Amino acid sequence: MSSTLESAAPATVAARFDYLLQLADTSLILGQRLGELVGHAPAIEEDLGLANTALDLIGQARLLLAYAGEIEGRGRTEDHLAFLREQHEYRNPALVEQPNGDFGHTIVRQVLIDAYQLELHDQLQNSSDLRLAAIAAKALKETRYHLRYSGSWLIRLGDGTEESHARVQQSLDQLWPFTRELFDEQDAERALAEAGVVPALADVERHWSGRIDGLLREATLQRPASTPYHWFGRRGVHTEHLGYLLADMQFLQRTYPGATW
Amino acid sequence: MTAVVCGAGSGSVRPPRAALEARAWHVLGEVQDPEIPVLSVVDLGVIRHVRAGEAGELAVGLAPTYSGCPATAVIRTNVIEALRAAGFDPVTVVEVLSPPWTSDWLSAEGRRKLEHYGIAPPAEAVGSPRELWRPAPSVRCPRCASQHTSELSHFGSTPCKALYRCNDCLEPFEYFKCI
Repeated sequence: MSSTLESAAPATVAARFDYLLQLADTSLILGQRLGELVGHAPAIEEDLGLANTALDLIGQARLLLAYAGEIEGRGRTEDHLAFLREQHEYRNPALVEQPNGDFGHTIVRQVLIDAYQLELHDQLQNSSDLRLAAIAAKALKETRYHLRYSGSWLIRLGDGTEESHARVQQSLDQLWPFTRELFDEQDAERALAEAGVVPALADVERHWSGRIDGLLREATLQRPASTPYHWFGRRGVHTEHLGYLLADMQFLQRTYPGATW
Repeated sequence: MTAVVCGAGSGSVRPPRAALEARAWHVLGEVQDPEIPVLSVVDLGVIRHVRAGEAGELAVGLAPTYSGCPATAVIRTNVIEALRAAGFDPVTVVEVLSPPWTSDWLSAEGRRKLEHYGIAPPAEAVGSPRELWRPAPSVRCPRCASQHTSELSHFGSTPCKALYRCNDCLEPFEYFKCI
């Protein structure tokens, strides 16, 4: 698998590295959050569903982080990047670091991200970066399966009992503002989009929005209004929840540097 | 691990590459999938290429099934060990990501073995990526062959399986997902 990177300008290398971290960290941090639910889901089927989704996400993060490390060219491996960065160096949107609430809350967060990753992976399959395209094509099949799971639960809960409807609507209202930064396109990203490496975010947003509207309609849920938003995890500005998550996730590598088993 | 040893490399004359590769495929046909031991890695469709070199070295292309499947690392180790035991040295395994592995690559033999083992094989070819909500396929019960079955859980004991139940014989069974 070859990439077209060798001749790229330093600014492009930095932009690509950053973009790969955004993709990888979204999967990694969400995978860690879902992993916290192992043994705590409401039924064994959902325990398996969330754990298997977490496994796929962490696998995708590994492929992306390994590639990011190669692009950066400073010898950092996937483990370095996953376990030894500081909070402000993570590039995941703040949505995925939000703590687990009830099962409906977990499902709402999952639907919003699954639909986002579905569009991203679908378009990244055509990236001029062949290795990124291969990772995306592989991840796409898994993402589609994830959205079938989370989407069907959103419909069941939203169009379920009065109690389940009220609770998922409340979670949707709470999490909705976090979706704003998913489509916040930065200059470096726009340049990559123009070079055909990554999709234009406006395009991703249009598809995402249509898919989400369809799901919300079927789930009899109301799309919340846009509100002001302050957190931009994709630029390293995170909510306080990420630090606690990292303290847990990085504990072993920080305490016993280089530990393997 | 039952490697087939037929004395290659012991003399000064080495069998031609095609013969070495055929022997390697035969050895790989005996390497079990760690999660579903009734399947070999060849049945599973994860061996993408086998290339023998001039000096007895061998390169194997391996496609991971699911991005996060823990069996991938075990498969890699088992492939290397089996080929070394059969006299190939050195053996290198390269990861082949593109095109991505799909359940369509399961061999006909593999599908028969799965069903006999009690796991329903994938019931349809993988559709286009844009198709999100296609109707669920009709899955045949591996015990009583009834088509009257229903999904219990979208996910199962390994990333590649879902859980079903037969509405006729009432037995639960595992189903190899289409992905």
